Amino acid sequence: MDYDVIIIGAGMSGLAAGIRLAYFGQRVCILEKHYAFGGLNSYYRLDGRDYDVGLHAVTNFVGPGVRDTPLPKLLRQLRLSRDDFDLQPQRYSEIRFPGVSLRFTNDLNDLIADVAEKFPGEADHFRRLCTFIRDYDDTVLLPPYRSTRETLKGFLHEPMLVEMLLCPIMYYGSAEEHDMDLLQFVIIFKSLFCEGFARPRDGVRKIIKALVRKYRSCGGELRMQSSVARLDVADDRVKSVIIDGGESLIASTVLSSAGYVETMRFCADAPPIPTQDVGRVSFVETIAVLDALPQRLGHEAAIVFFNDSETFTYAMPECPVDMRSGVVCCPSNYEGHDDMPEGFLRMTWLANSDAWMEADEGTYRQYKDDYLTAFKAQARRYVPTIDDHFITSDMFTPRTIHRYTSRINGAVYGSPRKRRDGRTHLKNLFLCGTDQGYLGIIGALLSGITIANMHVLAEE
Amino acid sequence: MGDQRIKDIILDIIAVVAPDAEVSNVKSDVRLRDQLDLDSMDFLDIVMELRKRYKIEIPKEEYPELATLDSCAAYLGPKLAAVTAA
Repeated sequence: MDYDVIIIGAGMSGLAAGIRLAYFGQRVCILEKHYAFGGLNSYYRLDGRDYDVGLHAVTNFVGPGVRDTPLPKLLRQLRLSRDDFDLQPQRYSEIRFPGVSLRFTNDLNDLIADVAEKFPGEADHFRRLCTFIRDYDDTVLLPPYRSTRETLKGFLHEPMLVEMLLCPIMYYGSAEEHDMDLLQFVIIFKSLFCEGFARPRDGVRKIIKALVRKYRSCGGELRMQSSVARLDVADDRVKSVIIDGGESLIASTVLSSAGYVETMRFCADAPPIPTQDVGRVSFVETIAVLDALPQRLGHEAAIVFFNDSETFTYAMPECPVDMRSGVVCCPSNYEGHDDMPEGFLRMTWLANSDAWMEADEGTYRQYKDDYLTAFKAQARRYVPTIDDHFITSDMFTPRTIHRYTSRINGAVYGSPRKRRDGRTHLKNLFLCGTDQGYLGIIGALLSGITIANMHVLAEE
Repeated sequence: MGDQRIKDIILDIIAVVAPDAEVSNVKSDVRLRDQLDLDSMDFLDIVMELRKRYKIEIPKEEYPELATLDSCAAYLGPKLAAVTAA
């Protein structure tokens, strides 16, 4: 036996699982296909500048006194301190629809007050919804599917308020198009509105570096540029993990953060996969670098979720990008970020992954040019003088996401069907990360911890 | 190993497992979970730390023996003695 546990993927969930296991004396090896850590939340350097991928905000932010929410729980489990992540809270964020916008902060009461002001008839209904969400048991492992849209209609009478709540929540974690499972909605609602947004001053690299350092100090092994070619199976168990180049590694347990469908494709005997289990939701994001901070140019919101009509469509668009809705993120609009040397404005839109995946080089470049022009036009709504301050930009697309994470379709939130107990058809192969069902950075970390605890540490 | 020493070991472990917990005034005869707001993940970690540090195996059905500092001392005393002797 080479290892007790092999973990596929050095993203948030794989690193968190690795820390737990290595800390408690397991022989662990994380295999990472890429040369960078982080998976769906990563970072890179280009022309002397640091960029983040994925991270707009660390959700689930709570102050130092709170103990029983996901963030403090996972810090305890990973033996890390709040300082290790250097989280700085947001000032505020907004949901902007035609003619009305809602402002929220890390205090739910601010959103409740703003809903009461903008939708006076809904004040009590919204308060009742918040109580329902607070009391909803989101620890049940495998509850039956419930439609969020139907549930919200039972509380709220203003259709636009329903859409305004769905917009940020679907953007920040729905693998499903059009509607979402109520459990998933509740988890994300709490992470955005009951808890809140924060950001490390150095961006996501602060978190990833803290995790890698911890993992290594616990004795965990990390093999970069080690891509899994296949899993050899016998007697309903993974017998060995074969990596590109043919090397065979043996472990008692395998945890995969590669995604459910992606992991099944490593196995010769995998069960058939229904098409609706393959994720399709992907994004294009433009990152503009400005010679001034957006807050000095009049834009102070950390995040804006916008939608240009009264109804919100969350689905893979027909065209390469659906510009009717999106997310605008300004990393310097968090506390303690006023001394950032340059400003960033990031805008995320829903994308048609086929269009970007299948485009030839010329078309791909053309799309990027066209959507950069479109980006500037839309960004002027938030920073009217953006053209005067624009230095450069970068753009990531479904193709970029696929290249760096091997997610089918560049589907950031993975399969619409989550497998919350992490089990697969093989007895010693478990899922962690996106397709296990906890999303976002904090969710992914908690996923790795939960699966490591449930299927390895508690089983010994 | 004396009872007080075992209680100190448990409090040391709690300080690592739940550094934000207030361990200075823990009562020996009151359930730890009620005094310190420990959840099931924290509790699993106490068991895991005992295994990591002292190679003590605690079967799931005996977790209730760790409810209070007094019961920890009574239950872990012989186990720690066996490990120390070996």
